[in-house]
Amino acid sequence: MATTSHEPTTTRADPEGISGAAVRRGDRTFLGLSTGAGLLVLVVMAAIAVFLVWKAIPSIQADSANFFTEGQWLPDSDPPVFGIAVLLFGTLWTSIIALVIAVPIGYGIALFIAFYAQRRLASTLAFIVDLLAAVPSIIFGLWGLYNFMPYVVPFSQWLSEYLGFIPIFANSQELWTKSILMAGLVLAIMILPTVSAISREVFVQVPRMHVEAALALGATRWEMIRMAVFPFSRPGMISAAMLGLGRALGETIAVALILSAAFEINWAITEPGGNSFAANIALKWGEAGEVGRSALIASGLVLFFITLVVNMSARWVIARRKDFSGAN
Amino acid sequence: MTDLSGLRSGAPVPDTTPHSGPVTSSEAPPPNAGGRQNRGDSADSLHLTGNRLPRWAPWVIAAGAIILGLLVQVTGITVVGLAPGFVAAFAFLLVQTATSWTVEGRRHATDRLATTLIYTTFVLALVPLLWILITVIAKGLSVFSPEFFTSTMRNVNPRAEGGGIAHAFVGTLEQVGIAALIAVPIGVLAAVYLVEFGKGRFAYWISFFVDVMTGIPSIVAGLFIYTALILTGVLEQSGLAAGLALAILMLPVIVRATEEMLRIVPNELREGALALGVPKWKVILRIVIPTAISGIITGVMLAVARVAGETAPLLLVTFLAQDMNPNPATGSQASLPTFVWDQISRGTPASIDRAWGGALALILFVLVMYAGARIIAKIYSPKAR
Repeated sequence: MATTSHEPTTTRADPEGISGAAVRRGDRTFLGLSTGAGLLVLVVMAAIAVFLVWKAIPSIQADSANFFTEGQWLPDSDPPVFGIAVLLFGTLWTSIIALVIAVPIGYGIALFIAFYAQRRLASTLAFIVDLLAAVPSIIFGLWGLYNFMPYVVPFSQWLSEYLGFIPIFANSQELWTKSILMAGLVLAIMILPTVSAISREVFVQVPRMHVEAALALGATRWEMIRMAVFPFSRPGMISAAMLGLGRALGETIAVALILSAAFEINWAITEPGGNSFAANIALKWGEAGEVGRSALIASGLVLFFITLVVNMSARWVIARRKDFSGAN
Repeated sequence: MTDLSGLRSGAPVPDTTPHSGPVTSSEAPPPNAGGRQNRGDSADSLHLTGNRLPRWAPWVIAAGAIILGLLVQVTGITVVGLAPGFVAAFAFLLVQTATSWTVEGRRHATDRLATTLIYTTFVLALVPLLWILITVIAKGLSVFSPEFFTSTMRNVNPRAEGGGIAHAFVGTLEQVGIAALIAVPIGVLAAVYLVEFGKGRFAYWISFFVDVMTGIPSIVAGLFIYTALILTGVLEQSGLAAGLALAILMLPVIVRATEEMLRIVPNELREGALALGVPKWKVILRIVIPTAISGIITGVMLAVARVAGETAPLLLVTFLAQDMNPNPATGSQASLPTFVWDQISRGTPASIDRAWGGALALILFVLVMYAGARIIAKIYSPKAR
């Protein structure tokens, strides 16, 4: 930021000896190239929207049902019947469960690294948590399917036995594997590093003065966190949760492996029910015909817009924070 | 009041200051450390610290909770159907909070509860990480053999053992290489623009959309390449298309990483060079980027590690190949993640074993990238020079 102030000096105050034309040509080329690269980011974002809309239109026109309220997905039948109701439900419901589990734990990890762990260990601990983000999603799927599921099933049965009076925990189908909860749990593990890394970033920015003043007044460490850290970092914590949500919404392969593709809206989280946009695309792509692919592109477009809105609001929340972060 | 009687009778005084234990070696000085000074004074009726639990109290409670858990395990009595480990954990939380509440009061009880929960969250994050790593290593190693790395899946029956990942490994290297070749120059240039030239609304929007682009679901990148390049007939479904989809996912990561590195290049270096009459483009190429190069390479390697495990876009833009195809421009090309996906979906015991082998190969590739990034960052970090 501070570096932008002195760029005209070379061109304007050119001494005679230096070949001014070459300097100016070099600078102009470089400015052009780098501006072009920056522009490309905007172009790609716009192109994604344009091409997806363009290729989605044929299927939406061919759709004999309401694209937003229909639950079935039979785009290659005659006439095509498909809609995103179930996909939207499954995507949001699994992501919300993931968020409910991952956000408190992610904040806890961030607090641990920022305020509880030894200073010398902090960067190593942060690196270890980040390693979780490096595990490819297909491996989460494989592990979830063969190693984690045998432990989730008894947990689901426990939930349904002791908390079954709450409708979302009830299980009337006696089907336990590949449930919404299963997908939510694996998604929670996958978004944990996102939530914790971003909230840690804002926690370490809390002015030292506030922290030490709270402790000096006799606050316990938890009171210090509640009174000095949370008020300062609230926007960052909100945006960390939203970026985690963004990741959970778009997660494909792990969900495709561990969530059974049931085309119904089922709120009971211990049962299979719902499906997600991304997983549906990955699973249906191979067998889809021309209308089928176009329909999948249309569903991808909806996913793109949802994640766009989530990510933009997250960035907007945190960017607004920058304006008054001069508080320290 | 209990510790006062302890003082009078000359019994060893438990260290009651809360912030002196090895657990709490954090930055700030303990707020009530002053209480200690009064211990030997004549005025020992004046004590500034409240009643505190002795330092061994949590350990005793923990031991009790573990014994309780073992009892539950041995006797087979179930407490609302909970596993013994959970019984022990809840017992510990409950007893510690209750004891602390009666002895130390509400504030310290809350603090202890929060501390315990916060430590627990970190352990909770380690469990899946270690579990996944150990499982993948154990199951993957049993499949590893020289043949696994040198052969392809050509003419291998899904039910039979054998076959290998050679074709997938070549595919991953080429696709990730293509992605890096495209995304690195563009990403670095865009970061140069943001740091060295950009100002005003245009730069703000680029910066904003780089952030937003980081959050694009990977499958959408695959859909984009499919609609923009394959449906329009520019490319066929091939390794090249896969590389392009990965490049879209890599680009924002590289811009962000490079931007961060360029911003910490000291301004004095730029000003010194500019004052000597060096043109700005030369300053950037010869001074700014070389200074930040270790950070940029680290960022690139992390971005490579990130996209190397992407499966979803590859499923859309290239087919699942069983055969070696070193040419990314034509024909379907396998890759490590799609190899794993393919083997899982075949579902036979032999193919699931191969999937674990492919998963281990993939994780090793990612870890080598991560370790390389750490080492490069360590060796070339500016302060080391």
